[in-house]
Amino acid sequence: MGFLDIRNVTKSYGAVEVLHRVDIAVEEGEFLVLVGPSGCGKSTLLNMIAGLENISGGEIAIKGRVINGVHPSKRNIAMVFQSYALYPNMTVGQNMTFGLEMHGVPKPERDKALAEVSKLLQIDHLLDRKPGQLSGGQRQRVAMGRALVRDPDVFLFDEPLSNLDAKLRVDMRTEIKKLHQKLRTTIVYVTHDQIEAMTLSTRIAVMNKGYVQQLGTPKEIYDTPANVFVATFMGSPAMNIVPATVRLREGVPHAELTDSEGQTRHLRFSQPGLAAWDGRDILLGIRPEAITDPEGADRKSGNIQALPNRVGVTEPAGSDTFVTMSLSGRDIISRMRADVNVQPGQMFDFAVNMEKAVAFDPKTEERIAP
Amino acid sequence: MSAQSQDTAVSTGRITRALIYLVLLLFTLFYLLPLYVMGVNSLKPLAEITGGNMMALPQIWTFDAWRSAWSTAQIGIEPTGLKPYFLNSILMVVPAVTISTIVGALNGYVLTKWRFRGDTWVFGLMLFSCFIPFQIVLIPMAMVLGKLGLAGSVPGLILVHVVYGIGFTTLYFRNYYAAFPTELVRAAQIDGAGFFRIFWRILLPVSGPIAVVSVIWQFTNIWNDFLFGASFGGTSQPMTVALNNLVQSSTGVKEYNVHFAGAILAALPTLLVYIVAGRYFVRGLMAGSVKG
Repeated sequence: MGFLDIRNVTKSYGAVEVLHRVDIAVEEGEFLVLVGPSGCGKSTLLNMIAGLENISGGEIAIKGRVINGVHPSKRNIAMVFQSYALYPNMTVGQNMTFGLEMHGVPKPERDKALAEVSKLLQIDHLLDRKPGQLSGGQRQRVAMGRALVRDPDVFLFDEPLSNLDAKLRVDMRTEIKKLHQKLRTTIVYVTHDQIEAMTLSTRIAVMNKGYVQQLGTPKEIYDTPANVFVATFMGSPAMNIVPATVRLREGVPHAELTDSEGQTRHLRFSQPGLAAWDGRDILLGIRPEAITDPEGADRKSGNIQALPNRVGVTEPAGSDTFVTMSLSGRDIISRMRADVNVQPGQMFDFAVNMEKAVAFDPKTEERIAP
Repeated sequence: MSAQSQDTAVSTGRITRALIYLVLLLFTLFYLLPLYVMGVNSLKPLAEITGGNMMALPQIWTFDAWRSAWSTAQIGIEPTGLKPYFLNSILMVVPAVTISTIVGALNGYVLTKWRFRGDTWVFGLMLFSCFIPFQIVLIPMAMVLGKLGLAGSVPGLILVHVVYGIGFTTLYFRNYYAAFPTELVRAAQIDGAGFFRIFWRILLPVSGPIAVVSVIWQFTNIWNDFLFGASFGGTSQPMTVALNNLVQSSTGVKEYNVHFAGAILAALPTLLVYIVAGRYFVRGLMAGSVKG
């Protein structure tokens, strides 16, 4: 049993079920990120934890107490909203202590809590201002401060960074991570940004169409995605997915592909288990950073396969250069060092790190190896 | 292209501007003409009006007509002037405006932030009430007032105007609150504020512009209403009915100067409300229609 238990929770509007049997146990101090495309049910789930939407089936418990039907204010949670939802007519200080005031906390205690939290977030010089006079980043801090002041069991974040500009978003991301490391609070965080999910979380629940597709640590999600959806949703650029055929050569499974010239190529798998798929079609998944130039290949990898192919387009991105090629009729993106010397149209020896390759069943799209 | 048209706009700017102001000035003068005639003639002795030019300034300035209209003119059969009726109107309009605005605000709050099954229908029906002509409800209203024992009294008139006004005030507040972020209400719920606390502490403090619209609209309509006043006023008739009785009297000499003064007196409160709160009026009417 976890600190926050989501047991078999479903949500339906009339006859339409939008969230199907979600089962997540969150430990104390964990940073759980719910990530998925819009309409996947992640915000609905968060609102159900908050008590802003009722639970159609199953139950949610915090510290062992089932909170179905408990009023939001009595669940001992705090929420940071996407729009920050700061009360426009109140000062920053009043905004932050409104919850305490509503819970009947006496003024001296409120002031003490306010002083502590505002100092922690470095907003103590803003307490007399109105939200309208603050910048985006400051509003964000105030919204977090309002949640922190109440010292709740669980923090809920609903896409808190999506209204900030790109640079500030990265800064605030670090800020939130720092805060979590310092306070060790239990956080459930909703985002559609997979980079936020990867960087912030201790565990990620990738959601799609009302189902939790995979629940695991960022590394598990990234290296061994449960299915094609998770593989392509997490990571930027997305994982390359190519149809291939498994061929046994000297007893070892290989992926058979066609390069841009129509030549058949074989890449040796590191997973001997794939021998059972001999002669059958699979979907081969390779992350862009697992395809490089020979010099840039991972030295620690025990299985770098050479793949000569014609270069399609090169996209220098500053820190990396993205090079595309065509394999089995699909465009493949590879991520290379910034100063790699590649010209469009030339033949080039790509180096594929097959230790990082993932194979999917083409019918179910579930992972079959590793 | 656009730079070019901007250039021409600058070079002809002065003349165009002058022309615009000239036209506006003419319209303003035309619009103010009735007020001028009323003002000027209310300050003349009656002989000057019947004998001379209506547009001319008074030769003898006098406030006699104003005094007469306020306290001594014959209204119906009593020589009371407009004073008691003015008081009736105030006693009616203040509670009626206050109550209908508060109820409208609560309705708008519920219809946008505490939505329930069929809320759009309820709103639609309330909206429908804005389109019902006064005359249709006269007889049912008279029956209801009779049953309640409020016929011919100020509370009866207040009830009539509140019932009639709620449709409009609800429309205003609903549309205003529809643009108000629901996340704020949710945040307040998590903070532990209840239904009325959220309304009082979160929504009401930012409702100034729309409250002004509602007050102006209700004040003007209720103050200027004649039909309900004449039908249900009984012994406590409002200003409008009294003014009619003053102006339409068929006996004696027609004291035009007194009539003019009385008409201005009757229009004064609404004029005052517009001057005090007018600049919020347009702002409030526009609220919600444009984002940002």
